[in-house]
Amino acid sequence: MTTPSILPLELRAVSFERDRQRLLKSLSVRIAEGPRTIIIGPNGAGKSLLLRLCHGLIAPSEGEVLWHGAQGRDPLRFQAMVMQRPVMLRRSVAANIDFALSLHRIPRPQRRRLIAEALERTGLGAFARVPARVLSFGEQQRLALARTWALRPQVLFLDEPTANLDPAATHVIEDAILAMAREGTKIIMTTHDLGQARRLADEVMFLHRGRLLEHAEAAAFFAGPENELARAFLRGELLWWERRELTPPGTRV
Amino acid sequence: MRTLVSGRRGPLARLLAAVALALLLAAPEAGADEFITVASTTSTQNAGLFDHLLPLFEAETGIEVRVVAVGTGQALRLARNGDADLLLVHDRPSEEAFVAEGFGSARFDLMYNDFVLVGPSADPAGIAGLGDAAAALERIARAEAPFLSRGDDSGTHRRERALWQAAGNDPGAASGTWYREAGQGMGATLNTASMMEAYTLADRGTWLSMQGRLDLGVLVEGDAGLRNQYGVTLVSAARHPHIKAEPAQRFAEWLLSPAGQAAIDGFTIGGERPFIPNAHWTRDESPG
Amino acid sequence: MTDIGEAFAAAFSLVYHLDRDLGEIVLLSLQVSVGAVAVASVIGLPLGAAVALFRFPGRGAIVVVLNALMGLPPVVVGLVVYLVLSRAGPLGVLGLLFTPTAMVIAQVFLVTPIIAALARQVIEDMWSEYEEQLRSLGATPRRALGALLWDGRVSLLTAVLAGFGRAIAEVGAVMIVGGNIDHVTRVMTTAIALEVSKGDLALALGLGIVLVALSIAVSAAVALLRGTLAQAQAR
Repeated sequence: MTTPSILPLELRAVSFERDRQRLLKSLSVRIAEGPRTIIIGPNGAGKSLLLRLCHGLIAPSEGEVLWHGAQGRDPLRFQAMVMQRPVMLRRSVAANIDFALSLHRIPRPQRRRLIAEALERTGLGAFARVPARVLSFGEQQRLALARTWALRPQVLFLDEPTANLDPAATHVIEDAILAMAREGTKIIMTTHDLGQARRLADEVMFLHRGRLLEHAEAAAFFAGPENELARAFLRGELLWWERRELTPPGTRV
Repeated sequence: MRTLVSGRRGPLARLLAAVALALLLAAPEAGADEFITVASTTSTQNAGLFDHLLPLFEAETGIEVRVVAVGTGQALRLARNGDADLLLVHDRPSEEAFVAEGFGSARFDLMYNDFVLVGPSADPAGIAGLGDAAAALERIARAEAPFLSRGDDSGTHRRERALWQAAGNDPGAASGTWYREAGQGMGATLNTASMMEAYTLADRGTWLSMQGRLDLGVLVEGDAGLRNQYGVTLVSAARHPHIKAEPAQRFAEWLLSPAGQAAIDGFTIGGERPFIPNAHWTRDESPG
Repeated sequence: MTDIGEAFAAAFSLVYHLDRDLGEIVLLSLQVSVGAVAVASVIGLPLGAAVALFRFPGRGAIVVVLNALMGLPPVVVGLVVYLVLSRAGPLGVLGLLFTPTAMVIAQVFLVTPIIAALARQVIEDMWSEYEEQLRSLGATPRRALGALLWDGRVSLLTAVLAGFGRAIAEVGAVMIVGGNIDHVTRVMTTAIALEVSKGDLALALGLGIVLVALSIAVSAAVALLRGTLAQAQAR
């Protein structure tokens, strides 16, 4: 990557509140260029919220999100995100990628090459002219990845990209993520699948009920986390003794 | 690869373009370059007079005549605003007021017919054969027999109100009971009167063109108070410089000329003449 | 009611003899209403989408007004447009009164609120689904608006069709600003009104039947277009 990175990303005492509920509680962390960062934690821990805060889709109620390398540039232009339920535009697979590239002001002749490449690498080459909305869920997830790949982001956020996917589809997605990481894209990803975290993580952030309880190297974390709740989580225990507030269906947290 | 990403210019754009093009190409041909707008009454249009006259005039002069047929009140309003080049209506007092106020430059008698008092054959008020329209209305009021008024400030409506006044009666107080106001054109009013078995005042032209479809008959006619004089009024170019005074005057002159008068005379409905030409204008007193 | 039987006979006779005047009237009706709907779409679709997307003071009031304007009385619109286009009015010098252009202008006022209000609802529903994705991809508000309009094209077509239905069926506005001049501004609805005023109910109803058939034909054409549009995803 020739342009200087917008990383490191720093969160300073970031809190997020909605309907008088504190969903993220005074979170401070520094995320550096390089290692693949995997955020784990039980459902409702605030993982998805944290990603969207970092990506700039929502603003913190308190605290600051800082991109120290941005140097006056718009950090959003160097990031991309794969949503848990990516929205496909009602047009062809290729046109979906073309749309994203056009938003980044990539000239048309270059776009063709980038689209072909991205489709090739996600195994969607044969689907270029198929309407995106008729793809299966797994294929749509690959298209979401292809769409971000074509953008060559410095930082890629992924929000549970393989939730509800079968092992084969999960494997394809994980391979693509690793390939993007090898090409220099910083990966920041949430999952509640511990196996996946072990396979992909260089460093781990453990989130529970809106608090960052541990931030450690993957090897050290999986060998034995310092935090008691993290240890329980790794053992596969239900964190039942913590009072959990149920969120009504349909609300996004 | 090009086709892969050209989704934006899909069939929709092409179809819309095709439709737009087709409609543009089919746009109505501009018509004659020269046209005038005549504000006239529904009674003349409904009788079909213009369908008879205009082709003759247009063939002779190449001037297209566009007729906006509305009630006399609205026709005067249009001309007052400068939205018509010529006025052809049938309410002499208001036409003369129009000229006196400077909106019109001259008014000429063109033709006449008469109004008829029509009603159901049962004739509950017993007016059949009366020679005096005002007396007939008085009987209707006394019998409180249903009477349907145009109620639309048209020339016919204005005449009807004048007749009620002559009869010394104000039916407005009875509006909604035996006296009913239709607020519609002559044809619709006649249809409604036929269904309601009500009396009504109609112009002869519309009556002739519709009588076959109605359960009504002529009960009172021939009274001098029922005479229906049509006039043609030139709109003043001094007040509205943009109006097409010259071609409008040519149309007026033609209507008043022997050729135009003969054309009016030759217009018949079922063998009867709905309009009788009576221009008394000679070349010496050229209009305008 | 023998009139109804006569009406169908009149309708068939009109169509069967390919009456030239009828053809002219039908064509003008389509030109005026399609023209008005085209202009109203160009204004109403982006307007509706903008109201759906942007939050600004007075937005709630605009939504209420837009919804209310869907019920604008055609006669009132006709009267206002007449007063503006009249020689005595502010735009009288343009000489547009009693022309098809004046009729298009009046119908644009009737149709735009319908298209804008329905488009707002469609786009607002879509926006809740698309917002984060489009922002994540870096879409400017203008590009987001364009993407939503294109993605909502099938639903928006229904809004446009509703506008067309309003335009082709209304008589009050075109009567006043067009003047119902034979061969110039006479359309289906004003021709029907004229026959009613002449008292020829059978012919009026016959014309009405032709008008309904025309509306069905347009609706069928839109259904075909919808199929094409759904496939447009594949391109």
